Amino acid sequence: MPQANVVMNVRKLNNTVSIIDIEGEVSAFAEDTLMEAYSEASSPTTRTIILNFTGLEYMNSSGIGLLVTLLIRINRQKQRMLAFGLSEHYKHIFELTRLNEAIGIYDTEADVLAVA
Amino acid sequence: MSTSSNSPDEKQKVIPRDAAYWAKQTSFKVSNAPSGSLNLNVDGRKALSPLQGFGQMWQKTYRVRLEDTNIQPSEVIKTWKENFPKFWPKGNRFYAPLTGIAPGEVALLNLSMPVGMKLSTGVVVLYADDESFTLMTPQGHMFAGWITFSSFENDGCTIAQSQVLIRANDPAYEVGFRLGGYAKEDRFWQDTLKSLAEYFGVKAQVQTQKVCVDPKLQWSQAKNIWHNSAIRTTLYTMSTPVRWVGQSFRRKPETNN
Repeated sequence: MPQANVVMNVRKLNNTVSIIDIEGEVSAFAEDTLMEAYSEASSPTTRTIILNFTGLEYMNSSGIGLLVTLLIRINRQKQRMLAFGLSEHYKHIFELTRLNEAIGIYDTEADVLAVA
Repeated sequence: MSTSSNSPDEKQKVIPRDAAYWAKQTSFKVSNAPSGSLNLNVDGRKALSPLQGFGQMWQKTYRVRLEDTNIQPSEVIKTWKENFPKFWPKGNRFYAPLTGIAPGEVALLNLSMPVGMKLSTGVVVLYADDESFTLMTPQGHMFAGWITFSSFENDGCTIAQSQVLIRANDPAYEVGFRLGGYAKEDRFWQDTLKSLAEYFGVKAQVQTQKVCVDPKLQWSQAKNIWHNSAIRTTLYTMSTPVRWVGQSFRRKPETNN
């Protein structure tokens, strides 16, 4: 199977908030990388997981599916998922797929941290 | 703590290379229904993601290995797009868009249901590139979600794959699926992949992997039953004689004038 062309960096801001910086391509091949990043970002005290899409270069429908399964996993842990840094194109994709109804979307890191 | 460096203005200027593959919109509108098709429960419906459905969320992956062929993944997807209806199991009709499977196009589905019932619904092409395409369902479809058809290489062998990420759309469908509908759905996609493999001269078993992503029912979405296409198609079929009589009465004054 092709290798994932994506890098994810986890920043734990405090006991309750973590950010996953996504750089590269989100497709089916990013599954392991994304789930590992989530495992690293999540702890028993974590309440908010923030996805930083500033470095997103490509996403296909399998990538959107991956975000849905991650969202369910996060919700089952009684955490919430927020996102920022989406370009207009990817904001539109979130609207098409109605992910924007389940994930809080903000323009900048400062905006999202104000509500996290 | 590090912060992101790309400015939002710079990002807006760059057109992502996936831009052409996504639908511009996912509204359901059928302008030219193919002859012989029943165009019901499609026009004006909203597309649904797996998050808007009622039942348990399932991710099911069906895979077939196209062993001993030199076929490339892009050729598999090209063939699949061009011949999509041919690979469907008998008794079910997929009326492909006249322009083919392309982002934003709507296809009509006339499906066979248990006890001779028919179901008329549709799908919209959410995404389509050279190695995959995804169909998204409307309100009233059995499922809320999408199905992705893809092909890729693994250990030197080309794989063809269907992957659904779905919830049953309403309580009636959920009950139906638990009473055998899920098994029927599995056979549907397994038979489709077998037909695709046979097209390339391969007889192979289909590998199936099922993951219950969310076992919870979303009772807030029970209202989806209002759009249930199986119920609406049945009511439409049952009322056909009444419509015929009504139409014949309406025509009479015109012939006298």
